[in-house]
Amino acid sequence: MAEGETESPGPKKRGPYISSVTSRSVNLMIRGVVLFFIGVFLALVLNLLQIQRNVTLFPPDVIASIFSSAWWVPPCCGTASAVIGLLYPCIDRHLGEPHKFKREWSSVMRCVAVFVGINHASAKVDFDNNIQLSLTLAALSIGLWWTFDRSRSGFGLGVGIAFLATLVTQLLVYNGVYQYTSPDFLYVRSWLPCIFFAGGITMGNIGRQLAMDFFTESKFDLRRTVMECSQDPHFLSYGITKRCLMHKKQKDQEARCSQ
Amino acid sequence: MTLTERLREKISQAFYNHGLLCASYPIPIILFTALCILACCCPLLKLPLPGTGPVEFTTPVKDYSPPPVAPDRKPGEPSERPEWYVGAPVAYIQQIFVKSSVSPWHKNLLAVDVFRSPLSRAFQLVEEVRNHVLRDSSGTRGLEEVCLQVTDLLPGLRKLRNLLPEHGCLLLSPGNFWQNDRERFHADPDIIGTIHQHEPKTLQTSATLKDLLFGVPGKYSGVSLYARRRMVSYTITLVFQRYHAKFLGSLRARLMLLHPSPNCSLRAESLVHVHFKEEIGIAELIPLVTTYIILFAYIYFSTRKIDMVKSKWGLALAAVVTVLSSLLMSVGLCTLFGLTPTLNGGEIFPYLVVVIGLENVLVLTKSVVSTPVDLEVKLRIAQGLSSESWSIMKNMATELGIILIGYFTLVPAIQEFCLFAVVGLVSDFFLQMLFFTTVLSIDIRRMELADLNKRLPSEACLPPAKPVGRPARFERQLAVRPSTPHTITLQPSSFRNLRLPKRLRVIYFLARTRLAQRLIMAGTVVWIGILVYTDPAGLRTYLAAQLPENQTLPGEPPEPGSPAEGAHDSPVPEVTWGPEDEELWRKLSFRHWPTLFSYYNITLAKRVVRYISLLPVIPVTLRLNPREALEGRHPQDGRNAWPPRRPGPGGLWEAGPRALGVAPAHGDVTLYKVAALGLAAGMVLVLLLLCLYRVLCPRNYGQPGGGPGRRRRGELPCDDYGYAPPETEIAPLVLRGHLMDIECLASDGMLLVSCCLAGHVCVWDAQTGDCLTRIPRPGQRRDSGVGSVFEAQESWERLSDSGKGGPEEPGDSPPLRHRPRGPPPPALFGDQPDLTCLIDTNFSSQPRLSEPTQPEPRHRAGCSRARDGPGYDFSRLVQRVYQDDGLVPGRPPALRPSSPGPGPPPLTPEDEGGCPPEKGSPCLAWVPSADGSIWSLELQGSLIVVGRSSGRLEVWDAIEGTLRCSSEEVTSGITALVFLDKRIVAARLNGSLDFFSLETRTALSPLQFRGTPGRSSSPASPVYSSSDTVACRLTHTVPCAHQKPITALKAAAGRLVTGSQDHTLRVFRLEDSCCLFTLQGHSGAITAVYIDQTMVLASGGQDGAICLWDVLTGSRVSHMFAHRGDVTSLTCTTSCVISSGLDDLISIWDRSTGIKLYSIQQDLGCGASLGVISDNLLVTGGQGCVSFWDLNYGDLLQTVYLGKNSEAQPTRQILVLDNAAIVCNFGSELSLVYVPSVLEKLD
Repeated sequence: MAEGETESPGPKKRGPYISSVTSRSVNLMIRGVVLFFIGVFLALVLNLLQIQRNVTLFPPDVIASIFSSAWWVPPCCGTASAVIGLLYPCIDRHLGEPHKFKREWSSVMRCVAVFVGINHASAKVDFDNNIQLSLTLAALSIGLWWTFDRSRSGFGLGVGIAFLATLVTQLLVYNGVYQYTSPDFLYVRSWLPCIFFAGGITMGNIGRQLAMDFFTESKFDLRRTVMECSQDPHFLSYGITKRCLMHKKQKDQEARCSQ
Repeated sequence: MTLTERLREKISQAFYNHGLLCASYPIPIILFTALCILACCCPLLKLPLPGTGPVEFTTPVKDYSPPPVAPDRKPGEPSERPEWYVGAPVAYIQQIFVKSSVSPWHKNLLAVDVFRSPLSRAFQLVEEVRNHVLRDSSGTRGLEEVCLQVTDLLPGLRKLRNLLPEHGCLLLSPGNFWQNDRERFHADPDIIGTIHQHEPKTLQTSATLKDLLFGVPGKYSGVSLYARRRMVSYTITLVFQRYHAKFLGSLRARLMLLHPSPNCSLRAESLVHVHFKEEIGIAELIPLVTTYIILFAYIYFSTRKIDMVKSKWGLALAAVVTVLSSLLMSVGLCTLFGLTPTLNGGEIFPYLVVVIGLENVLVLTKSVVSTPVDLEVKLRIAQGLSSESWSIMKNMATELGIILIGYFTLVPAIQEFCLFAVVGLVSDFFLQMLFFTTVLSIDIRRMELADLNKRLPSEACLPPAKPVGRPARFERQLAVRPSTPHTITLQPSSFRNLRLPKRLRVIYFLARTRLAQRLIMAGTVVWIGILVYTDPAGLRTYLAAQLPENQTLPGEPPEPGSPAEGAHDSPVPEVTWGPEDEELWRKLSFRHWPTLFSYYNITLAKRVVRYISLLPVIPVTLRLNPREALEGRHPQDGRNAWPPRRPGPGGLWEAGPRALGVAPAHGDVTLYKVAALGLAAGMVLVLLLLCLYRVLCPRNYGQPGGGPGRRRRGELPCDDYGYAPPETEIAPLVLRGHLMDIECLASDGMLLVSCCLAGHVCVWDAQTGDCLTRIPRPGQRRDSGVGSVFEAQESWERLSDSGKGGPEEPGDSPPLRHRPRGPPPPALFGDQPDLTCLIDTNFSSQPRLSEPTQPEPRHRAGCSRARDGPGYDFSRLVQRVYQDDGLVPGRPPALRPSSPGPGPPPLTPEDEGGCPPEKGSPCLAWVPSADGSIWSLELQGSLIVVGRSSGRLEVWDAIEGTLRCSSEEVTSGITALVFLDKRIVAARLNGSLDFFSLETRTALSPLQFRGTPGRSSSPASPVYSSSDTVACRLTHTVPCAHQKPITALKAAAGRLVTGSQDHTLRVFRLEDSCCLFTLQGHSGAITAVYIDQTMVLASGGQDGAICLWDVLTGSRVSHMFAHRGDVTSLTCTTSCVISSGLDDLISIWDRSTGIKLYSIQQDLGCGASLGVISDNLLVTGGQGCVSFWDLNYGDLLQTVYLGKNSEAQPTRQILVLDNAAIVCNFGSELSLVYVPSVLEKLD
């Protein structure tokens, strides 16, 4: 994964928000940290949902703690989400098929909302039996993928993540770290893979969007330069924007040369 | 396939028509939509506030026992019971519901009698309840043992002390008003006053004392002098601590025995447990808040994409309103059809919004905005709608399909969600189509309103001008001047009133749209509808007759004892017990019970699960004789008594309770029925709309089915009066050659100089559009400075030699002969390979087309060239250009651009157009240099003055492209230049002002070229010969003319005006550079200055203000607030001031009074492009077009399209040349437009 990131486009396409950041690894780190915190936050919130309904049982003394959850769950989720969020754009690049479908923050937000909604449904809606619940959630997850992703790589990765995560959870529960109130799929609930799949798709979506934002030049840069150049007397004359940019670039180059 | 296509076409057509409709009648449609929303949201008023509403759980009375304290729920079992249903309740509440009436009713009875004696029976009942004792095997049990013992009231409720029980059983009855003392009651002259004395004056949601004691909502109690139904109801409320089935059963049996309710159909089977949740736990709040945050982020990111509209915020708000009100409508409709939402509204709301989404709205906006700007608003809306129709319908169908699949999961919660979502989607579609589209049309109309207002009324229509340019590609016919420039003839001004009066416009509007007719039609339809709805004879009575029948069928046999008792009191309201009485407490405020318990410091709402159980009511019917009523009467009652209302026909009274009974009949409607009803309602809505549409739009709008294609020529933009200004398309001369955007333009009428961002300067013949010279960045030339003519000449020779490599046309001008000079320095231009195309020396290739017509000037040029020997005399050529241009409009070009490099053949007239950029491009790539970019440019005669960012001032020869002299004493960038006669004034970034004078001296021999230039004695001539040496001498410097950079510089009438960022203007005298005035009055940096020969000075600043000054006295004449944002350009005619601002408005002001005459809305990015052709002709730029305006009247005269529509670019800048040609700047290329030559007035 690390090599994939280093092959990213050169610094000239760097985004504006981190214009001081030159190295790609720092860029990678920032994205990772952002994804990590998103993952931690979502884990906390969604866990709260589950705990309300007594779906998962943690030892009672831990419930008394401030986050009403075991301390290790959010960091684990955060790490996983960071890995997933970085993995998705990386795989896109390796496959050479950049993800073009609905690349907007509003779409990402919608995706996150649907993901939270799936969790909500899994925790709060009363189903007749577990098979029905699992089937419904599976359909919802596939719908999520179809609505917001539609890439083969995304689907494959999502399935892989779901499989791995379910395996890990089985192991954890088997070893008695925590337990589910009514396991119906070996030791866990049968809807767990669906949730993991949807989570993988969602984090991948966020990661892709972040990667796109960090690697493309946005309007912000232009605007800021123009703001700086507004001191320039010709700001008001026509074509000022371009002139400003040219002037600035020229200055930058001169400064670089003199150094 | 064809079916899909046809469907698609149909949908597109329908949307197109719909768009036309929406844009045509925005206000009525918005009103209609608002009414729809309100109507659909009406049922919502009945719903309790979300979140804090009580939660109910019903268990059967039979075999009831309180639930165990510890939940014994097995892990796998899905829970049936709510989680709060644990342990014993706080209290059991038993209501004894008393209905009583006086029967038969006598005429001599008073209104007070309706409730006086029934209320007095309450005391008796309370006694009976209190004294009831259950005797069985386990001993005797009285009320005291099972009831809830209360202690003190809260300290703050002292005044209620006498009314509410303390230290004993909690037993409430109306008798508490009189301390349960019958004597007090009988002594009370004003019962109603007593009851209402504790009523709060203000509106309050919590229960009042009257409600608490009566136990029924106020309007049901019947204790009122104006009650129509002479029946009094109240309850005696008992609160038990423990559930003792036998005691309750015996109490019920005894009361029923004492006061039988013969026609009672109450079933008394279920126990309702109510849980009041008031505090929302933080654990529940966090996910909720998270979902809302995500929702807001979604809305933010979505609405951020709305662009290119007048008011972004307005549209974003409209989008959000659309989604929200569609949700409200959905909930309202579902409630209307009997589905009470059981889901927590606050929780599912964000998901509903996300499912419904803002996407369609955004897609619509984008599509509408991307239609051609110059179209009429209606057409834009219609085209935008129809181009997106298919995708919208497809999306909608997909979403509906998905939701329907979800509906068949058979999980009640999901089904309910899906139901809401379906209805929400349908209503969202409805709102999008009606509400949002209309708002969008209003917004876009606002954007173009200024434009529309300026158009002529139809009777002042101009004769349509003939389009002149052939539609062939304009590049091909470049060399040919438009031979027949078309003329716009203006009507005599008597016909063209300034503006039609407003009332006339209204009348015209009414007449054209046949508004009155349509209103009458619509009114008729509505009237018929109302008639049908309220039809007394037919439908309604039939329905009314049907419904009760249906209702009574499944119920118990109604009124078994009525025949017996109905005999003697037939005109009296019968005491009936319907299902609505069973749950009368539901009609109480939902704070009723919490309020009651809170008086005794018992809270019902807590995180620790607490609830109360409501036992089935015990019905008690009291029938009183008139005699009893008369006995109970207070002596004062007779005096202030009112006669009771005459009882109306009995049917009316019957209708009341029966109608009430209809509503719960829908209570058991299943979800499927509700879904069917909802869908049916949606379909009815659509049909209704269709009908409305048919009614409103019987006429077909001229253009059928405008697909997503580009605008057709036939659709002229026209205004409200159907007037479309003539629109023509002419082929402009396109001047290409710049690689980057053109920054500066200067012209003196004959020549046109442009400079692009890359630093290239091109000199064009303003008549023919030929590229005469290109000046590369001089930093790469070795020779710079004075005395470069020699080397330049060499380069010229070399270039001309290479240029001659191509075949020449036979019989053309004689080849140039130069004396041999040996090999030219090879390294001279080694690093500048594109110079070949930059300096135009090959005059031998001539356009074929112009050749036969006018060979004369060229011939003379050739002769003179031959005569002049080594130094080619450009000045003559240029002079002749000047002479000829002034006289002969259709003259062929004297100078042709050469073919760049040796390779290509000489240009034919077809493929010229300046130096083809693709040929020069490899070498023209912009290279940064220390020289700085060109910031200002001036042209006079054949000299170009260039001011650079590095502070270097350069004087170039326009024809030869050689540097004549330069000056770089100061390093501060030259921001503005004035070149007047022989004087150059340069304004600099540091606020200083340099005055230069140009000195020329005729060169006698090449040897003198390198000598220092002496003082010139030759007379000043606007044309500098190439053999003259030109020196530019710094005569004067005003070191600190301004504190901040000088932004504007203009000179006229011997005065020089500078405007600066330090908010001041300064006036200098040109001769001695003496500062005359400092003008203060702006509150922002000066951005534009205008001065003319009449000494009128106008200035505009960043504050959006325009000031007019008198230069003679230095006083301010007027001050106008012109623009929101900076004033970008400013010019004056004899009667008006024309300004443009960053707000893309062009405003025209009266020069003498400073009153705004009107303003013109420009296309985005074309704000500053304006030019004045004559005193009454204004030209403005637009999207790929230029428009001509009559300045005096503000009428749009003509719009000229430059070339094809698809490549429409905004006009950035307009420069009007003397010979009525306009130079428009479209980014990297210039267009030379010959104004339909002169727009002259006939009168």
